[in-house]
Amino acid sequence: MGLDFFEPVYLAKLAGLLVPAVGETIYMVAAATLLAYILGMPLGVFLVVSSPGHILPNPWVEKTLGTVINILRSAPFIILMVALIPITRALVGTSIGTTAAIFPLVISTAPFVARIVETSLKEVPEGVIEAAMSMGASPWQIIIKVLLPEARASLIMGTAITTISVVGYTAMAGTVGGGGLGDLAIQYGYNRFRTDIMLITIAVLVVIVQAIQSLGTAMAKKMSHS
Amino acid sequence: MIEIENLSKTYSSRHGCTKALENVSLVIPRGAVYGIIGLSGAGKSTLVRCLNLLEQPTGGRILVGGQDLTKLSGKALRQARQKIGMIFQHFNLLQSRTVAENIAFPLEIAKLSKAEIQSRVTELLPLVGLAEKANAYPAELSGGQKQRVGIARALALKPEVLLCDEATSALDPQTTFSILSLLREINITLGLTIVIITHEMKVIKEICTHVAVLHQSQIIETATVESVFTNPQSPIAQEFVASVFPNELPVELLQELSEKDQTEIIRIRFLGENATQPVISDLIRGSEVKVNILYGSIDHLRSTLFGSLILELQGSPEQLANAHTYLKSRGLEVEVVKNGA
Ligand SMILES: Nc1ncnc2c1ncn2[C@@H]1O[C@H](COP(=O)(O)OP(=O)(O)O)[C@@H](O)[C@H]1O
Ligand SMILES: [Mg+2]
Repeated sequence: MGLDFFEPVYLAKLAGLLVPAVGETIYMVAAATLLAYILGMPLGVFLVVSSPGHILPNPWVEKTLGTVINILRSAPFIILMVALIPITRALVGTSIGTTAAIFPLVISTAPFVARIVETSLKEVPEGVIEAAMSMGASPWQIIIKVLLPEARASLIMGTAITTISVVGYTAMAGTVGGGGLGDLAIQYGYNRFRTDIMLITIAVLVVIVQAIQSLGTAMAKKMSHS
Repeated sequence: MIEIENLSKTYSSRHGCTKALENVSLVIPRGAVYGIIGLSGAGKSTLVRCLNLLEQPTGGRILVGGQDLTKLSGKALRQARQKIGMIFQHFNLLQSRTVAENIAFPLEIAKLSKAEIQSRVTELLPLVGLAEKANAYPAELSGGQKQRVGIARALALKPEVLLCDEATSALDPQTTFSILSLLREINITLGLTIVIITHEMKVIKEICTHVAVLHQSQIIETATVESVFTNPQSPIAQEFVASVFPNELPVELLQELSEKDQTEIIRIRFLGENATQPVISDLIRGSEVKVNILYGSIDHLRSTLFGSLILELQGSPEQLANAHTYLKSRGLEVEVVKNGA
């Protein structure tokens, strides 16, 4: 079979491969990013508020949390994925497939999210936090009503960066049977020397990444009033 | 209203200790506009931040409305803070909220109902002249407008005390004046006690009733504004007064004048009624000295007239003595700048 894009059979076959792969990728990215934020966002908040001079300074919490995050972040995703296989199997029932890939994705993304969130929240000027304290705001009110809303544009940009990096990780997960576009590229593009499928997969990934970035930038711009 | 007793604050860090406040004691009466002036690094911000415990004092007590704040923590402290408004040099508004939402912020913190918040915000917007800007974001406002939002926000919970840390230092002179006028109006209409931290004597001159001079972590002078302007005690206070009422004569002129016989250069400062009375003509008539006016200015402290005159007096020793007697009888402070005889 050649590279004839106008051949209906070719197109149908291509769609038959691409559509489910894109679906799997989106599923993995969305689920992993969401779960990573559920885990990583509170960690990021803890990192910031426990830092010296912040609203709940606690060197012990800050140190411990920071160290755990650094250790997780220094393990390459591919190693983490393999190392986590027993836990994944215990949790999901299997270590192969799209759903199974989500667990290591979350574990590797959550610490990244914590740092990204930390960076965003540290941008909120000290004076604004101080003003809230002078009005008698509690630490919880400061987090909910000051830190998160004031940093929202930056948090959205961070989410776009995170999501894009998860797209990259899912492609890696694909290489070990995680499904999605990465899987497709390896199985067809690499193992079966189908350069056309390799190229199309890359093109689709580029489009996905662009779309996420543009959406993130547009939303951040809309939310920014400074 | 506020009593500060032996307040001390030492910052300790890895590099050592900084004594920012040493044994500071002050009594700030209810309804006063109390200015605290000092040079940069004197400890002014530390002092005002101790007043609502944004900074934990190392020693001493702070009583606001009879309540010792240093004994409070957690929820009780947060509730006490709601009764102490504060405005800042850099405004510190929430960028993600509109003007109305910024003013609503402390009301939300105090957990008022939506309807109560709405009605309080509607009340406050015109008070600070921002009714038209309710839905603007801080980034769309001028510095003066931002500070008006800061004032409305600080007043939202009807505090009894308003703390201002260099509230006009980031503003141009015109805007400074309008913000100070607003603060004075609030002081008069709401009976609010205001504490103003500044390094600018013109701020003190414009609205304060009392002043304390903070120098190198200590209070070195406290007085009413009238007495500090007419009779500053410490060299620092004298410098501050001179910064708004410049009265140094050129050195050459002083030199030349001092060579003359039977000549004296005096400075008189007069306040209120005295400023509008014909002092000079009566002086000449009463003591028969010759009077040469070297420098004169008239201004106001708050709303009282305040004037300063530098005169060259010529005459016999008796005539000069008569002149002094006359001026004293008019209740004027006389300072001899140069005695030529
Ligand atoms: N958070 C802090 N940590 C250490 N030193 C501080 C801190 N804040 C202020 N200082 C020091 O305390 C002194 C008084 O500062 P400050 O109260 O800000 O003075 P002012 O407002 O009169 O300029 C200065 O020497 C300053 O360096
Ligand atoms: Mg200061």
